[in-house]
Amino acid sequence: MSTTTSASPARPSALQRGLAFLSGELRQIGLFIALIVIVLLLQVLTQGVTLSPRNVSNLVLQNSYVLILAIGMVMIIVAGHIDLSVGSVVATIGALAGVLNNKLGVPWWLTIILCLIGGAVIGAWQGFWVAYFKIPAFIVTLGGMLLFRGLAQILLRNTQISPFDDAFRKIGSGFLPDLGGGTSYLEPLTMIIAIVAIIALVAQGIRGRRSRAKNGLLLEPLPWFVVKTAFMAVLLFAIAWLLASYRGTPIVLIILGVLVVGYSAVMANSVFGRHVYAIGGNLRAAELSGVNARRVNFLLFVNMGVLSALAGLVFTAQLNLAGPSAGDGFELDAIAAVFIGGAAVTGGIGTVGGAIVGGLIIGILNNGMTILGVGTEWQEFIKGLVLLAAVAFDVFNKRRASRAGA
Amino acid sequence: MVDDAILEMRAITKEFPGVKALSDVNLTVRRGEVHAICGENGAGKSTLMNVLSGVYPHGSYDGDIVYDGEVVRFGSISDSEKAGIVIIHQELALSPYLTIAENIFIGNERASGGWIDWSKTETDAAQYLSRVGLNDNPATKVMDIGVGKQQLVEIAKALSKEVKLLILDEPTAALNDDDSAHLLDLILELKNQGVTAIIISHKLNEIKKVADSVTIIRDGRTIETLDARSDEVTEDRIIRGMVGRDLTHRFPEHEPKIGGELLRISDWTVHHPLDRERVVVDHANLVVHEGEIVGIAGLMGAGRTELAMSVFGRSWGIDISGTVLKRGQEIDVRTVQKAIKHGLAYATEDRKQLGLNLIEDIARNISAAALEQLARAGWVDRNREHVVAEQYRREMNIKAPTVSALVGKLSGGNQQKVVLSRWMYTDPDVLVLDEPTRGIDVGAKYEIYTIINRLADEGKGVIVISSELPELLGICDRIYTLSEGVITADIPRSEATPERLMQYMTRIREEDHV
Repeated sequence: MSTTTSASPARPSALQRGLAFLSGELRQIGLFIALIVIVLLLQVLTQGVTLSPRNVSNLVLQNSYVLILAIGMVMIIVAGHIDLSVGSVVATIGALAGVLNNKLGVPWWLTIILCLIGGAVIGAWQGFWVAYFKIPAFIVTLGGMLLFRGLAQILLRNTQISPFDDAFRKIGSGFLPDLGGGTSYLEPLTMIIAIVAIIALVAQGIRGRRSRAKNGLLLEPLPWFVVKTAFMAVLLFAIAWLLASYRGTPIVLIILGVLVVGYSAVMANSVFGRHVYAIGGNLRAAELSGVNARRVNFLLFVNMGVLSALAGLVFTAQLNLAGPSAGDGFELDAIAAVFIGGAAVTGGIGTVGGAIVGGLIIGILNNGMTILGVGTEWQEFIKGLVLLAAVAFDVFNKRRASRAGA
Repeated sequence: MVDDAILEMRAITKEFPGVKALSDVNLTVRRGEVHAICGENGAGKSTLMNVLSGVYPHGSYDGDIVYDGEVVRFGSISDSEKAGIVIIHQELALSPYLTIAENIFIGNERASGGWIDWSKTETDAAQYLSRVGLNDNPATKVMDIGVGKQQLVEIAKALSKEVKLLILDEPTAALNDDDSAHLLDLILELKNQGVTAIIISHKLNEIKKVADSVTIIRDGRTIETLDARSDEVTEDRIIRGMVGRDLTHRFPEHEPKIGGELLRISDWTVHHPLDRERVVVDHANLVVHEGEIVGIAGLMGAGRTELAMSVFGRSWGIDISGTVLKRGQEIDVRTVQKAIKHGLAYATEDRKQLGLNLIEDIARNISAAALEQLARAGWVDRNREHVVAEQYRREMNIKAPTVSALVGKLSGGNQQKVVLSRWMYTDPDVLVLDEPTRGIDVGAKYEIYTIINRLADEGKGVIVISSELPELLGICDRIYTLSEGVITADIPRSEATPERLMQYMTRIREEDHV
């Protein structure tokens, strides 16, 4: 008796436990399955173009900046705020990079550092009003949307700036060096990275299970763990294969990968991340538990500013041009990605992983419909429906769950 | 039967899931009188008035309401208002951004063909205002007048609905002495004009001043109705009716082991955040010893929660002055973080709004106030978090399959245990528990009392704020009474009786200072 940890009188069968576990994960799995169904559907409709090596490489490049924005946005939304200004900040930072790199001849690395600092300053500006002045983020960032769009045009003096130097352009459209010298069938470095990533994934999974077991905690069912890990490994391998048979690993993919892993960990396991969820779930309760909500809110906006700057750098580098309308509408794509990814409008719920999958769904729909020659008017129309359907599915699920559980 | 009754409520029974709020309540109000209803917090006064005014529609309760000689079946507030019954709640229902005149006629606009007749609105409003003795311009915005005058606007609004039976729920709770006196005079004046009034109040001196009869309710039952013309209505008699009940076997046995002084709050004064003039806590002094359970008794609006929250990181109020000493050393508790660091813990009265994150699981709610203990360099050890939470789940007997269950799905008693676990995990020296058993069934209450005793046995100081006198008498070693922000008495358990507590809880300032 002293050794058992879960003291349930009648132990449910393994199958029952497995089903109960899966229903708890339904939302995450459902979203993932939706993504895969959409990919397969488009793969058929586009007669194989969607998953061609070249298109997969393009998908990564073209969606990277919105995904970077979505990471910051999900944190803002979990805390119960919103940021409408990120598209304009992308333009401002693009313009700043143009002035620095093109007009003043600042080297690429210093341009990047100065632009990221610029993003932090912009974030601090908005965070100040939201956190310390208690002006709703909707208003502050609506103001920011106009303000920074204007600032971009001022910096650009109503023209465009182009070109940028080659090193700078690499962060947007560059690839890691080809170890095969361009002759091998599969680019070796990409495959090496993939294999290292897969080993890390499996090792991390096993380590986590061991640690939970050591502490006597409930484990997810073993077959489920194996299936999930194997699936992720195969997926990683397949993507790497496709990339390796084109031009290798885009540099932005490495940036994105680091951000996703890092920010997922911050949101799930850091004190800061916990405070973000606590504030979004119940602000007063969090404050009465000793959370410094003002500081957390301020830092969230600083972080959003830095990520917006990064997205701006990537976007500008990819286009090799800083223009006044850069980033137009990005805020809406990022916000849509977050909500498709399962975040709650009222705050407190949402994950980085969900936002990324949400962003991928939008990106792949865009890409597939463009290949199919669907006009932009219908693209917008369909994206609107997808957003609505995803959130409606959520609401429906929640109602069902609350009816099932007493 | 009373010959000229405007209202008879017969055998009213109202049940909520799991709770019988009213059982077999009778109330008879004579035409043209002022009828007071007394009872402890939660005795069922407001429920009774909600039944009367149609907030709980006909069919959701048992019993009959006879009004003006007829059995009535109100389906909503508008039904009862049409019949001339108007209720004015403790929290005023005025729109601050609209003018006095607009507020008076909300939902009852002076209009023709859907268009507001502004001149009629203003002239009619002025007429009603003069009846309540308010000389302000009807075009003044309600936000620009004081609470006392707002109360008068509410009454003017009631008059505009041709009120025959006016119900006032704690009308003077938020008013100063002058405004209170004026309001009571107005009630008597309206009585002369033929308006019958029901007044719910905790202030026994006011009841003595205006009431023609008094009905006492306790635990959802009518205890008695006193008639000021024939019976002798004394405060003692009302108090006895309000609190008299036995206290056997509802509380675990406990032998206190009281040590040295642990926490001293001295000269603590707090002002209302929206009205700097209003003193909510007035030079309060309070001491807690190691291993001691100290109660704070006070009626609604006495400033109990405000006292506790203002001490805990200035979470309530402005212009706060006074000192907090722990073991003789002054400590800085100006933010919640600092208060927690100095070993204070405060479990809120309102679990759902202020206490818990309902969309998170048990483990995360338990760790919320002491996340640093589980973290190294800013990273939380989630496995240890689960182990810790699991320990509390078993120790506190939180009824949930795992600590991953969402807190929003737990019962009130189990939610309260999660709140207590959270604060116990911060390893505090002094715990302030605000209404720790509100909305909890009897079994869970007993468990919570046991936990409180255990905390005291560990040498911690526990302050319990409660509206239930039996609870305070059952578990506290010493009880402070609070009335209108002033600590009126400090009574050891051996000398405490419900009557004595209620006396000090209703004692008003003048008596205290002479």
